[in-house]
This record gives sequence, structure tokens and C-alpha cells, in this order.
Amino acid sequence: MFRAALLAAGSVAAATLPAAAGNVFVTNEKGNTVSVLDSATWEVIAEFPAGNRPRGITIAPDGSELYVCASDDDLVRVFDPRTFEEMHTLPSGPDPELFVLHPSGNPLYIANEDDNLVTVVDTETHAVLAEVPVGVEPEGMAISPDARVVINTSETTNMAHFIDAETYEIVHNVLVDQRPRFAAFTEDGTKLYVSAEIGGTVSVIDMTAEPPAIVRKIDFEVPGVLPEWLQPVGIAITSDAARVFVALGPANRVAVIDGATDEVLDYLLVGQRVWQMAFTPDQSHLITTNGNSNDVSIIDVAALEVIRSVQVGQQPWGVAVAPD
Amino acid sequence: MAVVPGGWSCLFNLCLRWRGVVFALLTAAATLPAAAQEVRTAVLRIEYPSLLPLSRIDLPVPDLGLAGAQLATMDNTTTGGFLGQSYDTVALSVPPEDADEAFRGLLDRGVRLFVVMARTPELLALADAAPPDALLFNATDGDRALRSEACRANLLHVAPSDAMRADALTQFLVWKKWTDWALIEGSNPADRALAEAYRASAAKFGAEIVAEKVFEDTGGSRVSDSGHVLVQRQLPVFTQDLPAHDVVLAADATDYFADYLPFNLWSPAPVAGSAGLRPLTWAPTHESWGATQLQTRFEKLAGRPMREEDYQAWLALRVIGEAVTRTGSADPAKIRAYALGDAFALAAFKGQPVSFRPWNGQLRQPILLATGRMTVSVSPQEGFLHQVSSLDTLGLDRPESACTAFKE
Repeated sequence: MFRAALLAAGSVAAATLPAAAGNVFVTNEKGNTVSVLDSATWEVIAEFPAGNRPRGITIAPDGSELYVCASDDDLVRVFDPRTFEEMHTLPSGPDPELFVLHPSGNPLYIANEDDNLVTVVDTETHAVLAEVPVGVEPEGMAISPDARVVINTSETTNMAHFIDAETYEIVHNVLVDQRPRFAAFTEDGTKLYVSAEIGGTVSVIDMTAEPPAIVRKIDFEVPGVLPEWLQPVGIAITSDAARVFVALGPANRVAVIDGATDEVLDYLLVGQRVWQMAFTPDQSHLITTNGNSNDVSIIDVAALEVIRSVQVGQQPWGVAVAPD
Repeated sequence: MAVVPGGWSCLFNLCLRWRGVVFALLTAAATLPAAAQEVRTAVLRIEYPSLLPLSRIDLPVPDLGLAGAQLATMDNTTTGGFLGQSYDTVALSVPPEDADEAFRGLLDRGVRLFVVMARTPELLALADAAPPDALLFNATDGDRALRSEACRANLLHVAPSDAMRADALTQFLVWKKWTDWALIEGSNPADRALAEAYRASAAKFGAEIVAEKVFEDTGGSRVSDSGHVLVQRQLPVFTQDLPAHDVVLAADATDYFADYLPFNLWSPAPVAGSAGLRPLTWAPTHESWGATQLQTRFEKLAGRPMREEDYQAWLALRVIGEAVTRTGSADPAKIRAYALGDAFALAAFKGQPVSFRPWNGQLRQPILLATGRMTVSVSPQEGFLHQVSSLDTLGLDRPESACTAFKE
């Protein structure tokens, strides 16, 4: 009887092993784990060890590999998004924090904060393809939709560096405000948004200008919140570029911006120290990581409402969602 | 450290001669394409005679401050490389009697931007001897008078005043509701001035000094073998007659007794100020807001933890670098105008931008409260509000400052 019950339980577990599509992966910086949520039910379905101080996280376009910056291990850990087993590691240089994948899934461009370098790693051969010298404390990474330009932001130099994706040469620099954290392109590649955490602004860069230049700086203001707490970090843009969401760190709010006018429409109250964000594949929902309340907030993108908070591990930092 | 002929020793590309002459010559730009604009700066460090510190952890290092300046120059050079700007920092370390000559020598070399690590008399002498086109940054002196009646228009203060440090600590103690203080001050003038800063801060934020004692400086060496035996017996007796108190504040600017106080008082009260919980601009324990990155860069360069003097010299040169980056000019007048203007903001690994008070040239900055093992908190504390900036709850505010040199 006992054996039969056990077998049955085993087969049930195997049968319900979650399909990866729509699963949400959240790095827990202090907990050293990744929490996995089912975006259909918003239940936490698993939590697995992810190395020391996991921060940046991304997933291959075909959903086959999950990449995690294990900052204190000085490498990138690669996991199977279905089994949560570690497949291998990639060299990253010391203290990796953020990276971006080529739209094809290869290579991976990693900001290497300690050495003022962007490291380019082949995700198949695991070889370092290039090291690009950039400004002091490289952090944010983005790649243009046509994959021609890789953007790196340097936190102490305060620039967005435009790196030619073929030659690995810096072809252009744009000075932004203090401590640029994150960069994101619109899907049509015409606009680039760069957040400046300490400057408190988001710079909007017109990519159609020659050379690309800042056309607007978005400021934030929330009644009752000290200006120094309005620290823009993560950026998420809908594929139709109609809405731009900006995580405001210790202000515990996500700013909603009209992508046509770049005016702030609203501020959504989320958990504490909101950091990074990711959409579900159909873009109906946006997940935010809230480092100081140990949860993620789920935003209904159409209604612009926070519909739910879900407790995850200790000090959630980054988030990625498996594609359909 | 490599030794090269002529009494020079070189650490990386920082070369120094021990007394009197050129300490450092840093031109990382040599490896970059010819730059259109060269920013020449100097660090002038005055060496005062001093005894060894109470704690071995604080033993003197030859490159104190200068290593921070070197890192800032490297950071500025990396940024400047994208803008056609190069940075050259010369450092001199001299005794007080050679300060004038060293300053004149640097002026003769064309330097007009100075980071000065000196005390008030030398700082004022240099500021008053400077030509009209020079700009000085005070990297280490916390004297209240320099931010008030003795202020100089050509002297900006990157170092926080003693009042800023005192207010940072007081806010935390008030937040904790530890408002009954026993104050133990040293007998040297600098200790007395620090005690005065704590008195003013207590009055400002509503703490009460329930008793005061002076710990006489009787000279002699600071530590003796198994000296703790006597310390353990004498200090409880010294503090036995204090009335009930929440915390003991130590005002020991000259570093001869404060670190003996924790755990040796008659009462179990915590110690703050010059020992215990200390208000600092930087601590090797500070990790938040990306500070780990600066710590790592510095330790890789200098082979030791970053001290306050290193951070403040770094910050002074970063102020210059930031102003040059944004204005495209190395003209000290333009740098000064930009630094004192509303547009200036600089990330300094403290969670909010630092900027200058335009009425006395003091850099607004958060202050760390650290034990030596851990950063306990960072001031200003939540709930201490100000109409301009919460950072202006620390130190002399505009109505309190008698400085008039900054009125255009």
C-alpha cells in the first residue's frame, strides 16, 4: 500500500511538472534562490538555489535556458527553466549584475562593474567573444531590436554608451543624469529610455536622430514622498510603446508613462523598494520585484491597477518570464 | 611598490618623494588619444606631527588621501576619455612650514584647482594667498568657523563640518529616544571644539546633557603593554558619579581616550561620538547604494581599505570631474559656478545626490553611523524635515551661518 501510494504521488508530480510558458522567475538577492510563480494562478510553485547573491535574470527567446547573475560567485549560472537544474555556468568577470541577450539568444552581453568592461559571452561555446572598455561602473544593458547597437550605462561616468554589435567599438555616448541604472528600447527601436537612480530622471533618447540625442527628461513627483526617494530603476515598455512603466525604488511606486507624449499618467503603489519588472508573454500583466517587502506586485496592464502581491524569497531583485 | 632612482618610490603610477617635493604624478591619459582639454589638479597634504592612534586599525598609511585622489583621477580619466578631456593630478605632502612654498610651486606649474588636506590656519593662509583664478577644496577640516565667519569664497568644503557629524549622530540618538547624555570631552582645544558641536546639536534636536566630565590629556604614549588592566579599573571609577544617562558621548578629536570607554564605564550605557557609534563620511563596512563597487576599486588600487580621507579626496576630485564633464570647461570660475548652482548633483554612494550649499560652500552629504564592524544607520534620519533639502538638517543652516563671502 505504502509503495503504491508513493508511486502514485510520484506520477502525479511528474504529470503536473509545470510547463515553463508563462512561469515567472524571481531572483532573491538575500535568499540566494529563485522563486517560480505560475502566472495563471499567481501561486509560488517552486523555489530553487541559484548561487550567491542572484540579481540580474533573463531567459532565452525560446525558453530553453534561464540565465542568472550570481554576483558573489562572479559568474552567470544557467538553469533549465523546466527542471530548475543548473546546466552550466558562463564566465562574466567579477560581480555581474545586469546583462542582455541578443534577440537570437546568442551572445550574452554582461555589464562588468569592477573592471569598466562589457563582457560578450557566446552562450553555446561559453567563450568570451569580446571585452569592451566602457565608463566607470557599467550597469544597465540593452540591445536594439535590429541587434545593431548594444547599450551600456555607466553609473559613475553617467553615460549611455552605444556599442556597435559587430565591431564591439563604442560609436556614440550620451551623457545622462546621475547613476544610470537601466536602459530599454521601444520595440520599433525609435526610442531608448535610460533611468538615472540618483538623478531621479528618465532620459528619452531619440534613436532616429543622427546622432541619437536626448529629447526629453522625465521627472517624477509624488505628494508626501521626499524627492530623494524617487529613484528610477527598472523600465518596462509595452510592445506597442503606448505605456512605459518605471520602478521608483524606495518611493514604493511604479510610474506609468504615456509612450506617445512621455508624460507621467499615474503612480501605482506597489511593495517596498521596487526594483525590476517583467511582462507576462501576452503583456496583460506586469510583475514588479519589491526588495524590502519580500514580495512581487502584479499589475493589470490594461486597468493600470495592482491586483495582487505574492510573497517570494528574501529580497527579490530581478524577474524574467518564460515565453509562450 | 617599486623604487626608482632619486628617492622616488612608485605605487602603480603614483610616484612619491617622502618630504617636500612632488608626491604624485598621475596621467592615465597618456594611454588615450590626444585629448583636447587637460584638467590640471593638485592635492596638497599638510603633514602635522602626531602620536600613534589608539587602535592599530588606524595606524598611519603613507598614501592617506592620495590613494583616493588617484582613484578619482582614474575615474575622471575614464569618463574624460569619451569627451576629449584628460586629467592630471599632482600631489604634494609637506610639513606646515613648507605649505606656502609648495603651493607657489604648484601655481608656477599652472595648477589652479587644489584639493587641500590641512587644518584651519594653513587652509586660510593658502586661500588668502591664492590668485583670483584659483579654487580650493577643503578635503579634511571640520572647523565650524570655516563655514561661518571665517568662510572664503574660493574655498569649498567637501569635508563635513563637525556640526554636520554631530547632528547626524544626534538625530539617530533622538530617533532612538536616547536623549539623556553624559558628555566626556578631552582637554585639547580640538576636543573642546568637538564637545561644543555636540552641545549645540543637543540643543538643536532636544537632547539633554545631564553631566559633563573632562578627561585630561596628561601626555605620554597612548597604549602600553597590558595597559587594559589599569583602564578596566580606572574608568568605572572615573564615570561612577555620573547621573542616570542613556548614552555617553565622547568628544576626543585628538584620539587619546575615547576608544577606552566602551564596556569600561560604570554604567552599561553605549558610547557614541569619537568611539562606539561614530559619525563618518566613509567606512570600510559601507556597502549600500553601490558602495561595494567603490570599495573594491579602491582596495584593488591601494591594497588597503578606503578611509575617510581617501573618500573625501576622491569626492573633491569627482566634484571637479563632474563639473568639467557637464560644463565642458576646466576654468575654475566656471567649475565653481556650476558646483554652487542648482543643476549640480553628484552620486556619492550615499543614496542621494550630494550638492553644495551656495551660501557657504559646504557640500551637503549623508553621514554614516558606523561601529567599525557594521554600518548601523545613515543620517539624516527619517522625520527630520527641511524646506530645502533633508540634508540641510545636518550642520549650519543658512540663518545660522555668519558667512558673507558667497553673497554675489
